Amino acid sequence: MSLLRAAHIAKSFRGLKAVAGASFEVPERGIVALIGPNGAGKTTCFNMIAGVFPPDSGAIRFEDRNIEGMRPDQVCAAGIGRTFQIVKPFAGLSVLDNVMVGGFLREKTRAGARSVALGVLRKLRLESKAEMPASALTLPDRKRLEVARALATRPRLLLLDEAMAGLRPTECDEMVAIFRELNRADGLTILLIEHVMRAVMALAQHIVVLHHGEVIARGAPAEVVRDPAVLECYLGEETEV
Amino acid sequence: MSRRGIALLGGLAILLLALPGVANAYLLSVATLILYLAYVGQAWNVMMGFAGQLSLGHSLYVGVGAYAAASLFFHFGVGPWAGLWLAIALSVALGCAIGFLAFRFGISGVYFALLTIAFAEFVRIGFDHLQWTGGPGGLFLKVAQRDQIDLANFRGPPEMYYYAILCLAALAFAGCAWLLRTKAGYYWQAIRENEEAAQALGINTFRWKMLAVAISSAMTAVAGVFFAFYYNNLFPEQIFHISRSIEIILGPIIGGVGTLFGPILGAALLTLLSDGITEGLAAMGWEIPGVKHVFYGVVLLAVVLFLPNGIWPPIARRFGLRR
Repeated sequence: MSLLRAAHIAKSFRGLKAVAGASFEVPERGIVALIGPNGAGKTTCFNMIAGVFPPDSGAIRFEDRNIEGMRPDQVCAAGIGRTFQIVKPFAGLSVLDNVMVGGFLREKTRAGARSVALGVLRKLRLESKAEMPASALTLPDRKRLEVARALATRPRLLLLDEAMAGLRPTECDEMVAIFRELNRADGLTILLIEHVMRAVMALAQHIVVLHHGEVIARGAPAEVVRDPAVLECYLGEETEV
Repeated sequence: MSRRGIALLGGLAILLLALPGVANAYLLSVATLILYLAYVGQAWNVMMGFAGQLSLGHSLYVGVGAYAAASLFFHFGVGPWAGLWLAIALSVALGCAIGFLAFRFGISGVYFALLTIAFAEFVRIGFDHLQWTGGPGGLFLKVAQRDQIDLANFRGPPEMYYYAILCLAALAFAGCAWLLRTKAGYYWQAIRENEEAAQALGINTFRWKMLAVAISSAMTAVAGVFFAFYYNNLFPEQIFHISRSIEIILGPIIGGVGTLFGPILGAALLTLLSDGITEGLAAMGWEIPGVKHVFYGVVLLAVVLFLPNGIWPPIARRFGLRR
């Protein structure tokens, strides 16, 4: 049963087709990676799902309703959390307050939002930095804060836009372990855009490859990375995975 | 709040409560002005300091609130306690009209600020031509009897006005402190820090920004009613003027935008120093018109250059207080 289903979604910017009728699905409790070269339309897909702008055509179904054309806050309330490729912390607030903002979506009281936030911070191993101003965090911690904030809204589906970019291999592995745990223990469904193949191969159960706004390959990770079309446009002949 | 913070607040409260007993009429009028500016600054701070929406037209709400209550009293003898509600309703309606136009059509930042100036100017020109409220010639209330307190009509000696505005300032302070700890406070700050990220966390930014405008304009309208009954005369040219809006925002900017003590500290410092300078120069035999505004300019420049977050945050850090 798929939790998210994008059917023939398309988006053009001033005549330039960013996404040209792409279809893909994310199964319940699955982890799907959206990969492809720069400009393939990955982030545009994300933005259509997250409600930043509506698709020109096509449908996006989440659970049992169509969400295309909803505002970002409505999409989030429906149960889809997202992180941004370029992190956007609330710099003037503490780490805990940042996450509490997310917690208030499903909790009316400060105490409720606080306990949700503390729980999420523990999962992301940020609890020791709860009282620090978000502006004082290092990049890896900012990436985690981004995830923590989204998780505090208690999403069923989490959209990760290059959550591993700029991390060292060990930091990347830690993040992978965290996401695996969230997927396994909490049943969180994840759709990720990622260039770091190390993380993609370790996380994804299913890969969708976009090129020029179209899906050129899809399948299990081991198959996709051997696909000649994928090798040619994205991974390159020499890539060792 | 820390023990130090409570001690500081307690000391301040005692000082302010006891002030009419020791101060002369002039000092009391200065103190009243400080508290008035602290109160309006607090109201402005809800919009700018908490929710990040820059209003440069808060004189609009002061003026509309003042005229609403004063004209009801002047024409129909309706007391300010009833007039207050009309004042609030009109101000909130105007604030929401501005907010709706801006937030619905994506006008933000300096363009939003320009819109707030434009509305204040429209209304100023409107009142200049509204004969019912005296037009440019002004609206005058009968000066209060100084020896008896008439609470129902809010007429009385300066001490009464002092305590009234002290009450308002204290309520605004407590109210803002409470608001900051609620969902609204968190959501406003999130919108202020990064609106896109706020939206992605499920915040309907339009709705929460409108709430900030409504609360801020309602609070400011109450200040307008106080203004009308304290000063007893209203001129569109004065009360709606942009310099009044600037005067309102200088306190919080110099004290610290988004902080709770900033508006109070800023209002006190500015008023005390500018009045001190004017008085000091007068004592030396120099009458320099406009010296107050030069002083405002210099202080603003110094704060922007050396303490861009205002005076309060470094003080709070130094003494281990929050906000």
